[in-house]
Amino acid sequence: MNSDAFRLGPLADPSQCHGPVDLGDTAPTQLLAWLRKLIEIRCAEEKIGDEFGKAVIKCPCHLVIGQEAPAVGVAAHIRKGDRVFGAHRSHAHFLSLGGSLQHLLAEVLGKDTGCSRGMGGSMHLLDRANNFFGSVPIVGATIPIATGAALAAKMDGVGSVAVSYLGDGATEEGVFHESLNFASVFKLPAIYVVENNLFSSHLHISLRQPFDSACRYAVAHGVAWQRVDGNDTVAMARAAGVAISAARTGGGPQLIEAVTYRWRGHVGHREDSDVGVLRKEGHKEWKKRDPISRLAVAMIAAGYISEMQIASIWTEFRSAVETAWLQACADPYPPSGALLDRVYFQEARP
Amino acid sequence: MTSYGHALREGFAYLLKNHPETFTIGQGLWSPWYVGNSMTDLDKEFGQARVIDTPVSELATTGVAVGAALSGKRPIVIHPRVDFFLLAVDQLVNQAAKWRHMFGGQVDVPVVVRAIINRGGEQGAQHSQALHSWFAHIPGLRVVMPSTPADARDLLIASSLGNDPVLFIDDRWLYDLDAELPPVNPRLRLTDVKPRVDVVGTDITLVACSYSAQLCRQAAEELRQHGISAEVVDLRVINPLDCSVAVSSVRKTGRLLAVDGDWSTCGLAGEIIASVAERMPLSGFKAAPRRLTLPDAPAPTSKPLEQAYYFKSSDITAAVLQILGRK
Repeated sequence: MNSDAFRLGPLADPSQCHGPVDLGDTAPTQLLAWLRKLIEIRCAEEKIGDEFGKAVIKCPCHLVIGQEAPAVGVAAHIRKGDRVFGAHRSHAHFLSLGGSLQHLLAEVLGKDTGCSRGMGGSMHLLDRANNFFGSVPIVGATIPIATGAALAAKMDGVGSVAVSYLGDGATEEGVFHESLNFASVFKLPAIYVVENNLFSSHLHISLRQPFDSACRYAVAHGVAWQRVDGNDTVAMARAAGVAISAARTGGGPQLIEAVTYRWRGHVGHREDSDVGVLRKEGHKEWKKRDPISRLAVAMIAAGYISEMQIASIWTEFRSAVETAWLQACADPYPPSGALLDRVYFQEARP
Repeated sequence: MTSYGHALREGFAYLLKNHPETFTIGQGLWSPWYVGNSMTDLDKEFGQARVIDTPVSELATTGVAVGAALSGKRPIVIHPRVDFFLLAVDQLVNQAAKWRHMFGGQVDVPVVVRAIINRGGEQGAQHSQALHSWFAHIPGLRVVMPSTPADARDLLIASSLGNDPVLFIDDRWLYDLDAELPPVNPRLRLTDVKPRVDVVGTDITLVACSYSAQLCRQAAEELRQHGISAEVVDLRVINPLDCSVAVSSVRKTGRLLAVDGDWSTCGLAGEIIASVAERMPLSGFKAAPRRLTLPDAPAPTSKPLEQAYYFKSSDITAAVLQILGRK
């Protein structure tokens, strides 16, 4: 691990980290589960992108294609009682924890069967049964909220943790620093997962910050930190395991910086390499750091799976997504009463 | 007799004693002076794990409370001045007030943000604001403004035990107001709290909340000396705004003065007049409705300017005399 908390170093170089990931001693069944989840997320996002391109899906969608691995690695260590919070780009967070394809697709269509009853759209996802406590697009807003969930977890004293997913852009919000300081002072079981994809909307991090690594903020606030190749699912899961188990056992807040890259634009289905400032440079190289193919190639080399089996996983999930999509399209919209009935708590009527 | 400030403390003590899921958090809670006499020694009585003093981080602290509220707790955040709470508005307006609706009714956010109006004393523009009208504008956010010691205690308790986010605003100019307190009604729900007719009258309706309601009660006394019978309606809760009691009253008196210790434009006083006017025939008015509010300027520090800035009960009395054509 690079010990420089200020600079990403080789992880920011798109010509690096193209090869198969190191599988270590991870059990093949575990690897297969991760690979399947990565592919499920990719298939769902490609479908959402296609339908967004056709304007069938209208709500703003921030696709996660290319950066599926951090969510899958973290989800491997989440257990009952933990609370996970996302942001604007959270389809992967939702699906990685076990969220249903149909609930996601229905939600982006504004249907009553969606995970937020069709009231939230892509940017407001919820799935409490699977530990996903909400995502919102106000940048940085869920960072203190996750910190509060960690305070509640500490008060309850049963070893639960809270996870806050955020992007590199959110580290420019003051509340990120307030929250890290707060969590550190109160030694809260909070895990801050910074998905550093180097771009906030169209703007490269070099145009926004003097250094490109968020780990320096962890150092400043006395928070334990790790930096990971965020397109290496195995490394991601390993780092998450270390951070989460430390937080569960009184080790205080943790920061994981997952260095990654999104293939599509900030919002919508297009690959906006032409609109991003500095986005054109290295775009093709970055795509060679694909988390799915790097895991798949390593698993094939280890003899855990064949190319044909992998092809059939893709087929399986493309089909599952189509089935869920057709169902979501057929589902009803929220009832008209939903407009006013959900503003305040409604007493159950006897 | 219990003062308003002590009644607030009784409300906190009741919650902390009877409801283990409650806690309170904010700047100054381990200090004897930050919040007047309204929370004295709560940390010693209930422990610093549930009476939490914080770093100077209004936004994170409020967000922490929202997160804890999403996680089974009932936090009460303290902002010793409304002015400083402005640093934390995202968490109440964008987050707490909206999570139930935008997540399809599946989420409760039982957080109370208590913000204190702390004006006068030459404190000036950034230590004196009320701003309640801003927040009453927000669907999903209940805004509570008690004007009596009993309401200070009881509405605090009901705010914390409900399932919606509440902005609870109290005014330090009320802290020495004394009253006999009845026992706590543990079943009181905020949704049952309606505007109250504090003084019954026949000539004019005065509608207000918080400290302005107290001034209206005093003005009603003064008006009695002039042979004028004023009815005083204390709104108590300004969002969702229930104007039904005010409408019934104005139907009877035919005259309305809305009194509010905040600015006029897009404010509560204008909202009261509009809400009443929409619900009764113009012919029911014996005089044009009027409002009495702060001048459209930031709070001054200089003593004579400050005295001109804040209206008193005598200003309410003068406005009523004018409406009735007595001056």
